[in-house]
Amino acid sequence: MTREPGPEPEPADSLRRFAIIWSRAIYPATATSMTRGEFEEYLLPLAARLNATLRAQPFDPRPAAEVGAALVAAHCTDPAALARILDVVDAYLLLYCPPGPALPSEESRTRCNRLQHWVAAGYTRALQERTRTEQEALSRAALAARAATEQALYESEVRFRAVFQGASIGIGIADMDGRILDVNAALTTMFGGLERHIRSRNVYDWVHPDDAPEVWEMQRQLNRGERDHYRMEKAYYRPDGTVLWTNLTVSLLRDAGGVPQYMLALMEDITEERLLSERLRYEATHDALTGLANRNLFFERLEQTLDGPDGVGVGVCYLDLDGFKDVNDSLGHAVGDRLLVAVAERLQACVTSPDQLVARIGGDEFAALVVNPASRADITGLADLILAALADPIRMDGRDLSVRCSIGIVEGQAGSLGPAEALRSADITMYRAKAAGGNRFELADPDSDARAITRHGLTNRLPTALERGEFFIEYQPLVRLGDGSVRGAEALVRWCHPVHGVLGPDQFIPLAESTGLIVPLGHWVLQQAAWQARDWQFPRSDGHPLRINVNLSPAQLGHPGLVPETLAVIKDAGLEPTALCLEVTESAFIGADEELMRPLREFAELGMAIALDDFGTGYSNLASLRRLPITTLKLDRSFTRGMQQQPADPVDVKIVEIVVDLAHTLGLSVTVEGVETGTQAEHLRALGCDTAQGWYYARPGPPERLHSLSLVDTTT
Amino acid sequence: MERPAWAPQGIDLSVPSVSRIYDYYLGGSHNFEVDREAGRRAIEAFPGLPKIMQANRAFMRRAVRFSVDQGITQFLDIGSGIPTFGNVHEVAQAASPGAHVVYVDHDPVAVAHSRAVLEGVEHAAIVAADLRSPRDILDSAEVRGLIDLERPVALLLVAVLHFLEDADEPAKAVAELREAIAPGSLLVVTHASVEGGPRRPEEGERVENVYRSASSPLIMRSRAEVERFFDGFDLVEPGLVSAPLWRPDGSDDDELDPVVFSGFAGVGRKA
Repeated sequence: MTREPGPEPEPADSLRRFAIIWSRAIYPATATSMTRGEFEEYLLPLAARLNATLRAQPFDPRPAAEVGAALVAAHCTDPAALARILDVVDAYLLLYCPPGPALPSEESRTRCNRLQHWVAAGYTRALQERTRTEQEALSRAALAARAATEQALYESEVRFRAVFQGASIGIGIADMDGRILDVNAALTTMFGGLERHIRSRNVYDWVHPDDAPEVWEMQRQLNRGERDHYRMEKAYYRPDGTVLWTNLTVSLLRDAGGVPQYMLALMEDITEERLLSERLRYEATHDALTGLANRNLFFERLEQTLDGPDGVGVGVCYLDLDGFKDVNDSLGHAVGDRLLVAVAERLQACVTSPDQLVARIGGDEFAALVVNPASRADITGLADLILAALADPIRMDGRDLSVRCSIGIVEGQAGSLGPAEALRSADITMYRAKAAGGNRFELADPDSDARAITRHGLTNRLPTALERGEFFIEYQPLVRLGDGSVRGAEALVRWCHPVHGVLGPDQFIPLAESTGLIVPLGHWVLQQAAWQARDWQFPRSDGHPLRINVNLSPAQLGHPGLVPETLAVIKDAGLEPTALCLEVTESAFIGADEELMRPLREFAELGMAIALDDFGTGYSNLASLRRLPITTLKLDRSFTRGMQQQPADPVDVKIVEIVVDLAHTLGLSVTVEGVETGTQAEHLRALGCDTAQGWYYARPGPPERLHSLSLVDTTT
Repeated sequence: MERPAWAPQGIDLSVPSVSRIYDYYLGGSHNFEVDREAGRRAIEAFPGLPKIMQANRAFMRRAVRFSVDQGITQFLDIGSGIPTFGNVHEVAQAASPGAHVVYVDHDPVAVAHSRAVLEGVEHAAIVAADLRSPRDILDSAEVRGLIDLERPVALLLVAVLHFLEDADEPAKAVAELREAIAPGSLLVVTHASVEGGPRRPEEGERVENVYRSASSPLIMRSRAEVERFFDGFDLVEPGLVSAPLWRPDGSDDDELDPVVFSGFAGVGRKA
């Protein structure tokens, strides 16, 4: 290979001038972050390379390709840049870097053209390489990113899965057609452990009779996308037929566009809580002894019916066993309880429809409810059935116990009868049935209700009755059997009730005792009687002033002011203590201690007479009679009944004889109550009784009657 | 059911990525047709966009060199995108061998590519995190390993704040980062705006519309709004200006397309 003589060395500044022109042309089309100056410096060696290639002998244009590649490396990647690159080479390279005379100008032009071809080829190849490399790098990055994302998604999925499977709450996912796609372990366990069984079912198959009416409507709304979730208590059947109660929350899962995709169910097993609360509910609404509904449930059902739509009817049979107290007293509570259980069973057997409910209200009181009876016959029919069911005696411990009942029936309709009113009316009516002899039913009627004297009504009115002056006193004479003369009178308090009329002490004294009103009432009676006694003092001149008998309740005996208040009353009335006899019932002394006895002793020491009332009806401890501060025995009327006819009952005669003997031995006088015939009076006189009291002589009456009676008596 | 925050986002390559569009503007091939299509529409809406990006790129290079001149050797580049050429670690390590650089981006592809580019590069790393969660960035192993927050750092928020909507509370994110860095640290910001250049607000809106379908929306902000990002920093000379006007390095700028004066660039120093 021969080498041509070398070209004349070009001055460096002409090369630089070329580079400046080149840079000015290309720079606006590049994306390089180099400054213009830096870019110019970058181009300078490339210009030198072109210059060297242009003049090399032999001519080889291929190194120009490296210049093209270097320009791509400097981010002259815009196709517009290539045009500018070649334009400048074409126009200025030969001008600023002439190859010299050794090279003919035609040859120089040809070489310059071929250099441009190779710059373009190198540029294109480099750009192609670079584009491929970058695209590949980007694809690799995208793949790597996707793999990383997938890994992260997988890990996230694993975590989700762990949460899903490990959650103690039951989780199930279904598609919008109700097909169950996935359930977790907790849910499977709740349903009895067979996932296959659950997965084979459709959500819409899980119907249970206890489903709340709105549950399936809410499910339909959710299905239509109108509702995003609902929550309620819902029951399911397990494959084995048992019931699973859940706290269910169903949520709608939508896709990014809001279209319903899946349904998510979260379930909490509340079966045990439910059973417990059912148990508690049962216990709160049922009678522990008999298992019947209790008063609460009865009242609830009654209230429910009567609060229902107007016109819905209801029938109530209120029943009380006749003579149950006797069974309890004579055979003991255990037998009484067993009897109640047996009665409850018979009553329950009378129930023939779900519209009937039998309940134990308390003690020996039961009630039957008939919801919406077709006619009165439905109710009376049930009452008849109950009476018939109890007609046969109940056999217990080899003994036949006869149990009957009295039934009060009330009918009513929602809107016109309240539950409390219904029960009260039925209760009153039941007492009417009892008063009519028992073992029957009576129908309520408003007039009877109004007249019925209920403990409740009296108790309410009692406190104001004294202020309103509703009490008055009647007097029943006490007659000396020896000569028929009036010796005194017993003051008997009466209540003139505005509704029920005149009530005897039996009807309200127990209430007064239980409410404490007995103290002011007793004081009032004493005061009235004392003033009355004073009136009776003056006309008499035989030295035997009339004595007034006043009853003293055991509750009054415990009142600390009794003695001073009583003495003050006597003193105010201007009476001697001997003009007063206090009557105390035998039962007041049973178990009474010395403390209770002290006021009586004080009274006795002052000369007051103390009578032991109703002698013979309580537990009579004859031995204790001598220790009591009493002056008189008042013999109960039951001893003298046998003497109303002739001949008298010899046993009664003997008893009275012994009692009179005993009393007289102890220095006590004997008064007999309930003398109704002359024969009786004759017998008692013969037996040595001292005084008598009864209809034979006079009924209790106003004080004027007694006054006239006593006057008549003394004149005979 | 919402996915919890710790569940990863998927990758959807059919959505134009702001970092790949940026690469397209710069003449790179790290982009797909969806990105180029979006880029072409943006350029049509706002002619000269690639020139702005180039000026933005040149500014960043000058700012990095300025930081090195100020004695800073650690760089936190948030919203770094696809590494192409003239990357921060190249400029910084050329000026100060051994400089530490941590890149941050939330685009998984950009992160994967950065990871490939940085393989074997010492003292540089990439963190997959989001500017909206500064805690994630500051608590990352890479930041903890490469950046000493007790010493000044250059915090680069170059062409990234305009991808955060006001609802994302960008100022709050900047403030949180400011609290974490040492006094003397520099904040380097560029932000898109129609102010400063020849483009009209309608053209700004048109380009915003193009970005509405991209991986992040583009929010043009006013000078006052951009200045607010420098709360707690003192702007160094020449203040908040167009990118080419920030400390030009002596080249003659007589042939610059006026469009490059759109938008703002600035560097602030934490007191």
